[in-house]
Amino acid sequence: MSFRARHLLGIDHLAPQDITSVLDLADRYVDLNRRTVKQSDALAGMTQINMFFENSTRTQASFELAGKRLGADVMNMSVAHSSVKKGETLIDTALTLNAMHPDLLVIRHPSSGAVNLLASKVNCAVINAGDGRHEHPTQALLDALTIRRAKGRIQRLTIAICGDIAHSRVARSNLILLGKMENRLRLIAPPTLMPAGVQDFGCELFDDMRQGLEGADVVMMLRLQSERMDGGFIPSSREYYHRYGLDAEKLAHARPDAIVMHPGPMNRGVEIDGELADDIRRSVIQEQVEMGVAVRMACMDLLARNLRAERGRQAVGVMV
Amino acid sequence: MTLHLTNARLIDPEGLTVTLGSLLVDRGLIAGIGEVTAPKDATVIDCGGKCLAPGIVDLGVKIGEPGERHKESFRSAGLAAAAGGVTTIIARPDTNPAIDTPETLEFVTRRAAEAPVRVRHMAALTKGRDGQEMTEIGFLMDIGAIAFTDAMRVSTNIKALSRAMSYARSLGALIVGHPQEPGLSAGAAATSGKFASLYGLPAVSPMAERIGLERDLALVEMTGVRYHADQITTAMALPPLLRAKAAGVDVTAGTSIHHLTLNELDVGDYRTFFKLSPPLRSETDRLAMVEAVASGAIDVISSFHTPADEESKRLPFEEAASGAVALETFLPAAMRLYHSGAMTLPQLFRAMARNPADRLGLPQGRLAVGAPADLVLFDPDAPFVMDRFTLRSKSKNTPFDGARMEGKVLATYVAGTRVFAAEG
Repeated sequence: MSFRARHLLGIDHLAPQDITSVLDLADRYVDLNRRTVKQSDALAGMTQINMFFENSTRTQASFELAGKRLGADVMNMSVAHSSVKKGETLIDTALTLNAMHPDLLVIRHPSSGAVNLLASKVNCAVINAGDGRHEHPTQALLDALTIRRAKGRIQRLTIAICGDIAHSRVARSNLILLGKMENRLRLIAPPTLMPAGVQDFGCELFDDMRQGLEGADVVMMLRLQSERMDGGFIPSSREYYHRYGLDAEKLAHARPDAIVMHPGPMNRGVEIDGELADDIRRSVIQEQVEMGVAVRMACMDLLARNLRAERGRQAVGVMV
Repeated sequence: MTLHLTNARLIDPEGLTVTLGSLLVDRGLIAGIGEVTAPKDATVIDCGGKCLAPGIVDLGVKIGEPGERHKESFRSAGLAAAAGGVTTIIARPDTNPAIDTPETLEFVTRRAAEAPVRVRHMAALTKGRDGQEMTEIGFLMDIGAIAFTDAMRVSTNIKALSRAMSYARSLGALIVGHPQEPGLSAGAAATSGKFASLYGLPAVSPMAERIGLERDLALVEMTGVRYHADQITTAMALPPLLRAKAAGVDVTAGTSIHHLTLNELDVGDYRTFFKLSPPLRSETDRLAMVEAVASGAIDVISSFHTPADEESKRLPFEEAASGAVALETFLPAAMRLYHSGAMTLPQLFRAMARNPADRLGLPQGRLAVGAPADLVLFDPDAPFVMDRFTLRSKSKNTPFDGARMEGKVLATYVAGTRVFAAEG
């Protein structure tokens, strides 16, 4: 088993074999999660703290469930950014938590790089549950697992990512992961939602959705935040839906067996047609949620093994 | 008292020459250069073949007085300057409160006496640096304001700005502008491009600098005021600058030592000591700036010394303060340009001493008989590893922490008096 990392801060730090290790282990947790008794003792006795500086119901629930199924004591701290006590810095918060000896910290923060900063100040394993527009590694891993199970492989596929790429950490992590696994990537967005310099990542860029979808095996839709809908980045949500919303007609340009993905929560009628999202022949959106729990269990299991090994080495005084 | 500095490599930024010789200092002025006969009672200092150059004139230093003395005082900045070979600090008015009245200017002038080097002050162009109403430019000049600037803040009230410029022109005042279109640059922490996209940082197009410069140059043409652009950092801004210079507009431009020696990739894993304003640029831009200084298209190199305390830098990158301390690292950083072959020592001192002094109407910045004996003796080859906790500044926010550098200041003289000597 590879994957020797202390933290999971981003896909950027992972090698292809690390990614495969996570996905292989996650496959086993998918089986466990489908049983009536879903308990494992991988994290027994360990403490997991979920710190969300940005509101999220789905991701937090997924991490909480993953931790509990692995036998950890899970605590949720919802610290919406504004409510962080005035004057207390992010680092103070980290040091306070660190003094309580958690083993796993799951952190979401609205600023890019904030999770890296926190990770440098604590002694436990840190999982990035999304930092600003930087990375959201467990989302990319769960998307990869979903694709691998649907397509039988995670290489040599044509994958189209469509929507608000500029502001999306999901897109960034997916770009890095799918690129590392040697897929052909296409980005589809209006120019106002396309990040600068992204063509250097080895992707093809499209502002015409039909062209971008031509021959795609996988269509990944992104959420469009409501605050970006009115005039600032796009003229209106209805014009956006007309040009970039995924419906059956546009999907017909992709391969007939193409799957449709969305990280949720969806804006039906803005970026995706409601009926299409529910079509179990094409949409794997519900599977993504299921894979999310399994992938997070796999990540935490691997990080816990590394943590135990590291502490074991420290205990016997071996130089790392 | 007479001082005879012998056996020195004399760096002449006017003739652009380096010659081995000696230099005579009498009553604070340079009294002779080259083959000089010193009086018998002169103190002789053997420079051991090291470099002797005019002291650096640093245009645009932030000092925390008034308002943020815990970050930097005139005393600490002055000590750092002396140790870095900076003999004249041109202080910025972006203090709290801003230097926008004769009273605040008198206060900082008095406080600056604590610095062992010369300090001259720029005053705000508009009250509170708000870009709405002009300051008492006449009174401020009477007390010694050397130039007028709202520092890094850019006025969007073009009418108010054009009036302030017209008024300043009638007094012959120099305006220092910050070429940046604030509508584009607001909130940006990086330069737009591959790096910013990969790290998910809010970014500004380098075009914002060109738009800002074009606007300022149009106003300069309209009002006829003397204008200096504080920092040109992108290749895109060079064509309008060169056009204006060719058309005879009274304009000069500067850049920062950091933009000449670092690029956006140095930020690495969100290292906030590399967060500057404007943000670090691409390597292509860096190289274009080096070439522009070497050719004289850009006139001045400054440190843009900006102290920031630990708390304001130990934050997520987007939220962290911008700026770096640089008085003490200015000369060793500049030596990177010398050792890489991009510029000669006289070319560097032309941009770090002679040009800023000329533009500000100061007699410093030259090795010439009759010029003030503000001098720096340095060894351009001496290697060391930068440790930020050795800095004399109260704030330690240098991007060169841990960097291998070459170039050590051995001694600094202001008006013939030694204000710094290296240990050992």
